[in-house]
Amino acid sequence: MLELNINGKSVEIGDDVDPTTPLLWVLRDTLGMVGTKYGCGVGQCSACTVHVNGAALQSCQLPVQNAVGMNITTIEGLARDGELTAVQQAWIEHDVAQCGYCQAGQIMRASALLATNPAPTDADIDTYMSANICRCGTYNRIRKAIHSAAESLAAANRDADDQTRVA
Amino acid sequence: MSTQNKDFEFEPYIPHDLQLLLAERRKAMALSRRGFLKMTGLAGGGLVIGVSCSLPSEDAGPVSTTTFAANPFVQIRPDNTIVIFSKNPDVGQGVKTSMPMIVAEELDVDWSQVEVAQADIDQARYDAQIAGGSTSIPSNWMTLRQAGASARSMIVSAAALEWGVPEGEITTDAGFVVHAATERRAAYGAFADRAATLPVPDVQSLVLKERAQWKLLGKRVSGVDNRKIVTGQPLYGIDQRLPDMVYANLVKAPVIGAKPVSANLDHIKTLPGVKDAFVVERLGNPIDFGINTASLLPGIAIIANSTWSAFQAGKALEVTWDDTDASSDSWSGAVAEAKRMSAEQGAQSLSNKGDVDAAFASAKATPAGFYTYQFASHADLEPQNCTAWFKGDSIEIWAPTQTPTMAIPAIAQMLGLPNDKVTLHQLRGGGGFGRRLANDSVCEVAWIAKQLGVPVKAQWSREDDMSFDYYRPGGFHSFKAAIDQQGKLSAWQDHFITFGRNGRPVSAADLGAQEFPVNALANARLTQTLLPSGIPTGPWRAPGSNALAFAIQCFLHECSAAAGRDHLEFLLEVFDGLPAPGAGGRGGFGGGRGGFGGGPNRERAQAVIRLAAQEAGWGRSLPAGRGLGLAFHFSHQGHFAEVAEVSVDSNRKVTVHKVTVAGDIGPIVNMSGAENQAQGSVIDALSTLMGLEITFEGGRVEQRNFDRYPILRMSQAPEVAVHFIQSENNPTGVGEPAFPPAAPAICNAIFAASGQRVRTMPLTKEGFTI
Repeated sequence: MLELNINGKSVEIGDDVDPTTPLLWVLRDTLGMVGTKYGCGVGQCSACTVHVNGAALQSCQLPVQNAVGMNITTIEGLARDGELTAVQQAWIEHDVAQCGYCQAGQIMRASALLATNPAPTDADIDTYMSANICRCGTYNRIRKAIHSAAESLAAANRDADDQTRVA
Repeated sequence: MSTQNKDFEFEPYIPHDLQLLLAERRKAMALSRRGFLKMTGLAGGGLVIGVSCSLPSEDAGPVSTTTFAANPFVQIRPDNTIVIFSKNPDVGQGVKTSMPMIVAEELDVDWSQVEVAQADIDQARYDAQIAGGSTSIPSNWMTLRQAGASARSMIVSAAALEWGVPEGEITTDAGFVVHAATERRAAYGAFADRAATLPVPDVQSLVLKERAQWKLLGKRVSGVDNRKIVTGQPLYGIDQRLPDMVYANLVKAPVIGAKPVSANLDHIKTLPGVKDAFVVERLGNPIDFGINTASLLPGIAIIANSTWSAFQAGKALEVTWDDTDASSDSWSGAVAEAKRMSAEQGAQSLSNKGDVDAAFASAKATPAGFYTYQFASHADLEPQNCTAWFKGDSIEIWAPTQTPTMAIPAIAQMLGLPNDKVTLHQLRGGGGFGRRLANDSVCEVAWIAKQLGVPVKAQWSREDDMSFDYYRPGGFHSFKAAIDQQGKLSAWQDHFITFGRNGRPVSAADLGAQEFPVNALANARLTQTLLPSGIPTGPWRAPGSNALAFAIQCFLHECSAAAGRDHLEFLLEVFDGLPAPGAGGRGGFGGGRGGFGGGPNRERAQAVIRLAAQEAGWGRSLPAGRGLGLAFHFSHQGHFAEVAEVSVDSNRKVTVHKVTVAGDIGPIVNMSGAENQAQGSVIDALSTLMGLEITFEGGRVEQRNFDRYPILRMSQAPEVAVHFIQSENNPTGVGEPAFPPAAPAICNAIFAASGQRVRTMPLTKEGFTI
């Protein structure tokens, strides 16, 4: 029996699951959380990106036993009470997706980027996001959506600061 | 060579089965006068049940309580929600948004009140449901408009009866019916009950909007599945789950065409999570691409309680394969053979116009070039998969296929069931690019499901997806051209060396006899040689065109260079040779017989070439090591010209700064979607040009995952600027035609920047990197 923390909830994984199974397949097949996608299984495409203690990580490369004690966030856990994050909203606003299959992984990586670098340059984005493949070639729009999300987050922070000062 | 058919001239680059099917359907539809619009949307379980509580309409007039199913495409709920059914598969080309937009326009509703639902696969109600050949928009344009207009007309008639006013005095506005004289205005939904009692109007009586009246078409609309995509909700084939579902991994022979003799099945069955393991025999012809008949690659099926267990057991499998009838193909051998015969003419003549030899004899220059392009894998990011549940006398399938209409009879025949005992649910495909035209994964899981009797998902690993593809065929062109004393292109010669089986090119490996610039020249000679091949090939985004444009448009640039002329001026001049607008060219798909409009149009071609050049600043001076390249290609009824701006450094490192696209596909349905397709096409083309290559030796494919098949990444992706000329033609598709001109535009720019002529794809073969 393994105990995982996924999207803020404690989840038990039964003994019928081999503890060396990659987190990706435990999410998809055992827990039915299919938002995290399988693309290559060898850490090349990053369609399976999740957050482990806030860092973007390829879940196909993480044996589930090594995920015990970590805070795991998946694409299903980004929005709170149905309210989309700035990154998710930007993805819809810029109509980034074509087939959309890689986009959960792209959004997870972009969210991790903005958490540590709130105002990335094009070069920052290119470097950080180049871990993720988009077979449809939506890179122009991913770049725009990340800038757009960074701006909305900055605007929200300014508002919050203003309110703090007023208070 | 193309199959001969006296009633039909094939477009060489669209799967022939698909063309025949669409042509038959067009004929049938013309006879029945679109009679299927008269079918109620109620049949076949299509009704989406609405909220049945009644809502007061604005003037407290009529109130409806039931959903009005106007036709298979439109349902109007009492609360004024409009449900529009999208008939075709969406594999990333955006039709789940764009096709309903066409209905919504004629229905005259606001997009915010529309809910889009994926239609059932039902030939009687929806005709052919396929995603291929960029045909969804042109083949369904009129039907979708009529579906919207028919439903609107019934709502107007119902309102006229309710209000006791003439229909002619009623107008509509964003989902509301308006009678100006009596200042009445009510939501469509209020008339749902009454409309449901009215006869469906004759299609000939419908008045469609003029283009100037469009409110929605041409706007930027975000994809209807986007919210599910960004929140990770189940959507794709791979996301399908069923109670007690098991997972299958069919391990196939590493050498193409080999068959299993024996395997350590007893050991495999003892492995963790494994429930069963058995041999699957070869069925039909899985090597030749085909979409109408079932086939199976042979192998060992492993059934397990998770995808991972099935994959792991596959790695422990030890199989003895019989390779008696297997492929022994060698790519390096084919390259050597093609080079050896490049100076000769091919034995088969494809085209022989005018007097090529006389043109060569009197030429000022006779440039020549030998071009090579590689095999390529589709590499859809969602590896092939399908889910099925065999229930004794019927089967239910959940498939991310591009050809559900063909899958149903193929599966029925394979399993010995009547067609109506095969139910197929269409799920979103994580990429198509032509790979999902083939229903091999559907056949595979249907066969396995029959052995099991419980729900089963067959999941291919990335390695299997890359190793068992219907590849874009590689090929070779040995060109020679004549430049006359005036510096004009006066003759064109091409020895096309391609791959064949049974005396014919393999799927997607043919060359049209009228391929540009043959159709624009008085003197041309095309010959062909077939290299025998056992490698499976098939349509891959812009089949044929995706490689031909590279060779032809690059060699045209060699011609303008040999003539000492500006390429823009030279290219425009070649188009002057097209006999008449629209009449030159492939003749093919529909061939002006009510279909898709025939070959390239001189004016449309020249207009996009001029626009691309203008937007990219053609002719401006650039620093050393930087250059512009221009190319054009017509395919899938789309006219596209592209200009690339490229730098090349002393280490042959290529940087593509920007690609400017100018396209004419008629009016744009969804501007956001169309632009996205064009941008993605360019990046896909650059990816394929730079480093993607499938090679094989001893019949074994050598690339199995992205480490050796390096899809372009963000840091390598150029800015892509897209411009459309929205000409007065019916709209055509945009999933494919923006792809072909990109590679030659980039290669021509590499020459402009560096003086290095690129004649081989991928460019890594020429020592370039990106």
